[in-house]
Amino acid sequence: MKTLMTGNEAIARGAYEAGVTVASAYPGTPSTEIMENFSKYKGAHSEWAVNEKVACEVAAGASIRGARAFCAMKHVGLNVAADGFMSYSYHVTNGGFVLVTADEPNMFSSQNEQDNRYYALFGKTALIEPSDSQECIDFMKEAFNISEKFETPVVFRITTRICHSKSRVNLEERVVPPIKEYVKDPSKNLMLPAISRLRHPKIENIRLAGLKEYSNNCSLNRIEMNKTKIGIITSGVSYQYCKEVMGDNASYLKIGFLNPLPDTMIKDFASKVEKLYIIEESDPFIEEQVRAMGISCIGKDLFPICGEFSPALIRELLLGKKQVSTYQTQMQAPSRPPVLCAGCPHRGLFFELGKYKDKAFFSGDIGCYTLGAASPLNALDTTICMGASITGAHGFTKANEIANDTSKKAFAIIGDSTFFHSGITGLINSVYNNSSITTIILDNSITAMTGHQENPGTGKNITGAPAPAVDLVQLCYACGIKKENLIVVDPYDLAATKEAIKKGYEATEPFVIITKRPCALLKPVIKQRAKVKAVVNADKCRSCKMCLKSGCPALILGEKISIDQNSCNGCGVCIQICPFDAIERIGE
Amino acid sequence: MSNIKNIFLVGVGGQGTILTSKILSKGFVENGYDVKMAEIHGMSQRGGSVTTQIRYGEKVYSPVIEKGSADIIVAFEKSEALRFLDYLKEDGILVINTQEIYPVTVNIGASKYPNNIIEEYDKVVGKKNVNVIDAYKIAGELGNIKCMNIVLLGALVKMFKLENINWKQIIKDSVPEKAIEMNINAFDKGYEI
Repeated sequence: MKTLMTGNEAIARGAYEAGVTVASAYPGTPSTEIMENFSKYKGAHSEWAVNEKVACEVAAGASIRGARAFCAMKHVGLNVAADGFMSYSYHVTNGGFVLVTADEPNMFSSQNEQDNRYYALFGKTALIEPSDSQECIDFMKEAFNISEKFETPVVFRITTRICHSKSRVNLEERVVPPIKEYVKDPSKNLMLPAISRLRHPKIENIRLAGLKEYSNNCSLNRIEMNKTKIGIITSGVSYQYCKEVMGDNASYLKIGFLNPLPDTMIKDFASKVEKLYIIEESDPFIEEQVRAMGISCIGKDLFPICGEFSPALIRELLLGKKQVSTYQTQMQAPSRPPVLCAGCPHRGLFFELGKYKDKAFFSGDIGCYTLGAASPLNALDTTICMGASITGAHGFTKANEIANDTSKKAFAIIGDSTFFHSGITGLINSVYNNSSITTIILDNSITAMTGHQENPGTGKNITGAPAPAVDLVQLCYACGIKKENLIVVDPYDLAATKEAIKKGYEATEPFVIITKRPCALLKPVIKQRAKVKAVVNADKCRSCKMCLKSGCPALILGEKISIDQNSCNGCGVCIQICPFDAIERIGE
Repeated sequence: MSNIKNIFLVGVGGQGTILTSKILSKGFVENGYDVKMAEIHGMSQRGGSVTTQIRYGEKVYSPVIEKGSADIIVAFEKSEALRFLDYLKEDGILVINTQEIYPVTVNIGASKYPNNIIEEYDKVVGKKNVNVIDAYKIAGELGNIKCMNIVLLGALVKMFKLENINWKQIIKDSVPEKAIEMNINAFDKGYEI
């Protein structure tokens, strides 16, 4: 059957057809939809893990037991999972193990554009990169065969353009290989120094040698000989761009299996073409190794390391031809940055927090609330990575103490899912090391930024089935936060929020504020608040624009302020801000 | 690659651009074309700019459309086509929905929503290739502004001469049961324009 699938849907399908029975992931753009789609298939266990390290180790455990398993994450997620990944790479895999990493050239919603192909080189594992959705299915199936045949983890690298673009695929039946026998064998599964020392040379001399031979003879790597004036070595979506621009006017070595690289094929191909180009997005992963073989080529001296490739970029740099734009206009569309939604429970907190801008350091985290950094809220100083809000605030405070500087109190701002992901260790650390930071956990009862995934606090698992919900208050107590140093507050209530922040600001011991209000876009919330609206009484409105300081997208500035009734959910933050009582709530 | 057709849809999160492009792509697949479709939404799911690109033909490599090569641009929001006008190919068709959605930057007075946008399209692209549709009003008359995207789909099918595909069946398969009738009506209304 022929249909259209995104790369993410196709990876889920490939894993399903390959007979995967255990899969674990933490959501993150552009990888999120892989597990969302896999969880719809019957006959396998799917789960949202609390973080990527957990996801990787869950899949490793299933692989040790003899089941085919995979984990999926965005590129920075592999930094979190690296501990488990680098160690499991020394094991002898039993059931096939695949780690999917979704890299993001051009950073549509990420903090960096790291090239995770190096993790496979670093971890001495196999590495595969597909170039369209059909290859996502085919290569996933082959990845599990490779993993079992060569007893190695396989890194499956994709990029945003593969994840989120659709192309035609052919679906096949699922084949579930029997779950392999588990035999207790420390030489395969117990990496103590004495065993690891014996294992390392085997990986160098046997695994990698076997993989190199495979690489030179497998169908994932392919030479397409056409005109020989220009030869291109390429991989992933860049292959499609090259074909679009050059068609049959160039010859190609398309590499789908990238570690180890097919050295014999590369030498053979290089000898047949006049001028050799390496066209790969992100870092010079292939290029550096080709140069090390003593082959001269053109790569990053012509094509950029930063940003995303496109046919236009390749046409311009390779052929010197700029694509013509036919129509030009000086008129500019207004900028449309992402903003906190109308009715977002984070707005009330950020509005009140903003009043401490000059006397506080706001240590931010990864999630919707990162948008609190944008104007007009401007309420974040920094965002390092997931979980770093609490640890960063702690470090800032300790440096403050040494510098004898009391001018800035440190607040950590973190969401519920992110707190479970990697915030909790930071909170324990701040208590253990007696930090006077105030941690604000923005509990909107969902993983919102990536599109509403369940987490251990929501009371549901990935399939929507009930699951015990972690009680954040009790959890904070268990981390060592004293009862008198914890406040739970409704962020729609500005007076209560203000009072909580004041206490947090004055605290001299580790302090926690939990702002509790479900995300405004959750279906039950939309239903419940459908008729609740805020409306402006034009007679009272003096257009002072105070309400606009909340940054709510439902507020419209005209001669007087008005409120878009389609997006307003009557949260009431603007009602509380208005100094003239000109905004009223209706529909309650 | 002249046998490949390029369709560019632009709009604002929540307007249904992605569903529309899914229906279009499905139609092309069922008619035996090779199809690729690219979406950009990422962080801007709510209220941000959304673009989808569809390419179909005998064999499609790149999932993205190049500047100066879109056969048609459909703007679900009036100003959004301004961002992508340089993607339209010579004599390409522009379809503009008259709905205006002000981003927060305009609401707080930090940026300006331009006046006379349609006149600008007429001037730059040429009046004969600019099709202005009040799909918001038409959808409202049908009972729900949410079917606005299908009004635009109907208009696009007519303008782009895609009648040989059974769109109504694909619409039936793509929307919730209770919304089928309204969306079929929306398609017809769009087609009649």
